[in-house]
Amino acid sequence: MTDVLAAFAWLADPAHWSGVDGIPNRLAEHIGYSALTLLIAAVIAIPIGLAIGHTGRFRGLAIGLSGALRAIPTLGLLVYLAVVTLNLSIVPPLIALTILAIPPLLAGAYSGVESVDRRTVDAARAVGMTEFQILTKVELPLSLPLVIGGLRSAALQVIATWTVAAILPVGGLGRYLIDGLALRRYDEMLAGSILVVALALVTDGVFAIVQRLVVPRGVTLGKVADVRTKEPRRSTRATTASATADPAAPSQLT
Amino acid sequence: MSWLWSNFDLVWTLTVAHVSLSVFPIIIGFIVSLPIGWLANRYHASRGVVLSVVGILYAIPSLPLFVAMPALIGTKILDPINVVVALSLYALALMVRTAADALGSISGDVLQSATAVGFSSWQRFWKVELPLAGPVLLAGLRVVSVSTVSLLSIGSLIGVTTLGNLFTDGLNRYFTDEVIIGIVAIVIVALVFDTVLVLLGRLLMPWTRADRRSNRTVRRAALKAVSGQ
Repeated sequence: MTDVLAAFAWLADPAHWSGVDGIPNRLAEHIGYSALTLLIAAVIAIPIGLAIGHTGRFRGLAIGLSGALRAIPTLGLLVYLAVVTLNLSIVPPLIALTILAIPPLLAGAYSGVESVDRRTVDAARAVGMTEFQILTKVELPLSLPLVIGGLRSAALQVIATWTVAAILPVGGLGRYLIDGLALRRYDEMLAGSILVVALALVTDGVFAIVQRLVVPRGVTLGKVADVRTKEPRRSTRATTASATADPAAPSQLT
Repeated sequence: MSWLWSNFDLVWTLTVAHVSLSVFPIIIGFIVSLPIGWLANRYHASRGVVLSVVGILYAIPSLPLFVAMPALIGTKILDPINVVVALSLYALALMVRTAADALGSISGDVLQSATAVGFSSWQRFWKVELPLAGPVLLAGLRVVSVSTVSLLSIGSLIGVTTLGNLFTDGLNRYFTDEVIIGIVAIVIVALVFDTVLVLLGRLLMPWTRADRRSNRTVRRAALKAVSGQ
C-alpha cells in the first residue's frame, strides 16, 4: 500500500510534469509512436486482409503466417533489429512493432469479410454490383466491427510493446519503468506502470465504443443475444456468430 | 554458432529456467478457468460480468503488470513469483473466454439427454460437457502456451532469469548471434510445448480425429484465437 501511495505521490509531483522526461512529453511520445506503428501496419494489412476475405484465396497461408509470427518473442525481435542494424533510433522498434501488429489486423479484416452472409454477397452480385463495389459497399461496412476489433487488439499490443521497447534509447512511458529499475526507484516504476495501464485501458474503451458505433443500423435489429439458447441448431449457430462478431474481444501479446 | 557450443551450459540452464517458469501459468490458467468459465455460462448476468473482467485483465500490458505485482501481492521486485502470477492471470483471462465459449456451444439437446438418462449435474459436467468442450479448450490452451512462453522472456527486463537474458545480454554487447540463439530457443520451447499439448489431446480425446465436425470446431476456434479471440 505504501508503494502505491509513493507512486501516486510521484505522479502528483509537479517536477514530473514538465520537460523532456515529463509525463506530458512521454505520454505524447508513446501515443505518437503507437499511432504511427498502427497506421503503417493498417495500410499494409487491411487491404491484404480484405482481399483474402473477398477472394477466399491464401487464407491458409495467412493463418499459418499469423500463427508463426505469434511464436516469435517480441523482445527478441526488437533487440535483434536494433543490434543487427546498429541503429538506436526509433526505426528498428518501429519495424519490429509493425510486423507484430500485422497478424491481428489481417485476421480482423479477413474474418470480418468472411463473416458476411454469402446470400447477401450473392444478392449484391445479382443486382449488378461489380466485385469492387461488393467489397466496398457491402462487405466492408458489414465487416467493420471485426476490422475495428483487429485494430483494437493491435493497438493494445503496440502500446504494450512500446513500453518494452524502452530498453532501447527511445522515448515513451516505458522510460520510467526501465530507468526506474536501473536507478532502483520503485515509485517511478510503479507510477510509469499506472500510466501505461491507464493508457491501454482508455484505448481499449475508446475502440470498444467505436466498434459499437460502426455496426450498420440494419444489423443491430437482427443481432442474436450472446447466451445459450434452448433450441439446439440455432444455439450452435448463434454462439459461433457471436463468437466471431463479439465486440468485447481484446487481445494482446506483450 | 561457435558461441553456442562454448556457452551451451548457459543456454541450457536458461532453457530449463524458462520451461519451469512457463509450465505453472499454463496449468494454473487452465485449471482455474474451468469453474469460472462454467459459472460464466450458468447465469445470464454472470456471463457479461466475467467476460468484461477478463477482457480488461487481458488489456493490461505485461511489463507494467510485472512491475505492479510487488505492490499488489507484497513480493520483492526481483522475485520470479511476480512473473509467474502475472502470466497466470493472462493465461486465465484467455482461457476463461475459451472455456465459456466451449462450454456454451454444447447443444442443449445433448445436455437434456444426459440429464434424462440420469446423469447428475456433477457427472454431466465431467462425462459430457468437458469431453465435448475438449477440442476447443485444447485450441485455447495452445494459444496460451505459445503466448506464455513468448511473454516470459520480457521477465528478463526485471531481472528474472529466462531465455530473455540472451536478449538483454546480446543488446549490451551488440552481439547478434546471442539474440538469434535466444529467439530460436524460445521458438523451439514453444513448439515442444505445442507438440506435447497436441499429443496429450490425441491421447485424451481419441475421437477427435474421426469426427469431422469437431475438427471444424477446432479450426474455427483456432481461427478465432489467431484473430485475437
